[in-house]
Amino acid sequence: MSNDQTIARSLGYLSLGLGLSQLLAPRQFAQTIGVRDRSDTTTLVRLIGARELLAAAGLLTSRNPAPWVWLRVGGDLMDLALLGRAASANDNEQDRVSGALAGTVGITAVDVLSGLGVSGQNGNGNGNGHGHGASNGNGRSVAGSGIGERIQETVFGGKPVRKSITIGRSPGEVYAYWRQLENLPRFMRHLEEVDELDERRSHWVATAPMGMRVEWDAEITNDIEDTEISWRSVADSAVRHEGTVRFVPAPGGRGTEVHVELTYQPPAGPVGVAIAKLTGEEPEQQISEDLRRLKQVLETGGVAVSEATRGERRLRQRPAQPLEPGESVTRGASPVGAR
Amino acid sequence: MKANVWTGKNSVEVLDVPDPRILDSRDVIVDVTSAAICGSDLHLLHGFVPTMQKGDVMGHEFMGRVVEVGSDVQTLKTGDRVVVPFPISCGSCWSCQQGLYAVCENTNPNSWMAEKFFGHSTAGVYGYSHLTGGYAGGQAEYVRAPFADANALKIPEGLTDEQVLFLGDILPTGYMGAEMCDIQPGEVVAVWGAGPVGQFAMLSAYLLGAERVIGIDRYEYRLALAREHVGAETINYEQQDVLETLRELTGGRGPDKVIDAVGMEAHSPRPDYAYDRVKQMMKIETDRPFALREAIMAVRSGGVVSVIGVYGGLVDKFPMGSVMNRGLTIRSGQCHVQRYMQPLLDRIQAGEIDPTFIISHRLPLAEAPHGYELFRNKLDNCEKVVLSA
Repeated sequence: MSNDQTIARSLGYLSLGLGLSQLLAPRQFAQTIGVRDRSDTTTLVRLIGARELLAAAGLLTSRNPAPWVWLRVGGDLMDLALLGRAASANDNEQDRVSGALAGTVGITAVDVLSGLGVSGQNGNGNGNGHGHGASNGNGRSVAGSGIGERIQETVFGGKPVRKSITIGRSPGEVYAYWRQLENLPRFMRHLEEVDELDERRSHWVATAPMGMRVEWDAEITNDIEDTEISWRSVADSAVRHEGTVRFVPAPGGRGTEVHVELTYQPPAGPVGVAIAKLTGEEPEQQISEDLRRLKQVLETGGVAVSEATRGERRLRQRPAQPLEPGESVTRGASPVGAR
Repeated sequence: MKANVWTGKNSVEVLDVPDPRILDSRDVIVDVTSAAICGSDLHLLHGFVPTMQKGDVMGHEFMGRVVEVGSDVQTLKTGDRVVVPFPISCGSCWSCQQGLYAVCENTNPNSWMAEKFFGHSTAGVYGYSHLTGGYAGGQAEYVRAPFADANALKIPEGLTDEQVLFLGDILPTGYMGAEMCDIQPGEVVAVWGAGPVGQFAMLSAYLLGAERVIGIDRYEYRLALAREHVGAETINYEQQDVLETLRELTGGRGPDKVIDAVGMEAHSPRPDYAYDRVKQMMKIETDRPFALREAIMAVRSGGVVSVIGVYGGLVDKFPMGSVMNRGLTIRSGQCHVQRYMQPLLDRIQAGEIDPTFIISHRLPLAEAPHGYELFRNKLDNCEKVVLSA
């Protein structure tokens, strides 16, 4: 399933949830968004609920989500109009109405971008859930071929992320570990594999939000021993990605300050970023965790493993009790073995 | 195996959970012989520490015998008898090298959570919410001890469990509370809270040269323990005005150094107690800092406020004006246990400290929930519960 289609599905679940609450508890729903209970409020909310369920049914069952996403966009415009009217009626709770209005504006944006995305794919004749975001023969991602995506890229450029950590090892040691690009997946959780093709070029395989997988080739653009490494994805990659890491001696003999700056365009653009944020896979958080793991590996020899996390950042954690026999820990932990 | 498990706010149960196994080559598995219930376990029980999850195994005070050893463990072998400190130290990072083990930079896999709550991360801790890593605790038949070389303290034969069990947390915690006071000859030290940590703080204040030690609590049996076993003077805050009495006892100066061994769930007979209680219930503040406020107001100008009672988040109506204008020093911290274990073990072996006087109840692990009941409701003169597994 492509990214845009995954998002369409997520929107389907959103519609399902909203629709059910509007149909079953219209009064509470109106209260939540700050609209006073008038004679016609309940009926209106129920009608909107029915519309949401229709959209949900379409988005979750249809092979072509595009018309249903556009149904959502139409619904959004209707909701915006209604909320706009509610905002000017002074017997409603204005704070709540404004909140609902702001939320709806955001959702409308997601719907429009998603609509452009899924429609674009169908226009290219490769929509309908085949492929899984991986590169095709041209190195272009299926997910990256939507018109929506192209609009997103023009409108929203990749935003650089900067993170730093201090590691109690010399710049030379940290540089040497990083420069061996095969080491990166040991501490970068979203990377499955990096293969060095030659001195400068490498092939990267990563997991993307919501269980997808992306691959690209990268080349080293600057390499100053013990000091700095820069790289970027090659021109025709599915994922636009560039990064620089600098290794600076830390004051007071505390080892090395590792400063990372990354710019990358996730497969679904800003929508992808929004979803990644919700699922805790937002790049900024990820890079910060990656650097922590790098520190753990270089300072202690492996990633720290607790029962709740099994060594990975997880939003939904298992309880802090011993693992079941079949459960395993993350890669990067120091190799297991009893003496 | 059996383990004492948090099953929701105000509820712990002894349940069957999988046996722990080695997950990392630096782990050992400890067959727990004794574990204790800590005052801070009550904060978890009451749901005042965020990020607890149903099914979490409780317990950060425990000891036992090593029964399995990871391939990279250098200093321990099967059969060794060990006390394991509650904060997990990696032994390698800058903080560990400075002796700041409780803020180890590498052992908390949930450092991102801790950073959100505290700005920077703290070390991993056994059985102490997911904020400190989500490590399974030691109120269980067995426990996995990570980074074992950097943490476990080998116990020589000839000492009982009860003599050494408290080396893993409350004895060093009380000691550090007194040490942070930088006690000078002739000084008076007041300690809020006569629970186990408060008792050890009072004891340590004497060891470190205090002229007089004053303990403050509302339970007469706890104050009696402080008088009889530690030799402290006492104030019952339900019967006496604390500030007034302390001024009287110190010729108007106030105690030179004060220790808060109470923390976030303080009680008080005064009306501001209700104010804090309500705000805490409404989650507007997470901690009720009543003892801390009083300690700040009580200490002499230029004195030290040592905070070893546990706080979780935000406090309200903090008398910063008193701190600033009177030149007070606040020192605090989760105990850097690894720093104190060996020297305190030496003192126990030399007969200078006998920590067993605080034990009021001995129960089998299966009765852990009953132990929590006794301890939280201060039933049957409960001071400290030791569980044997």
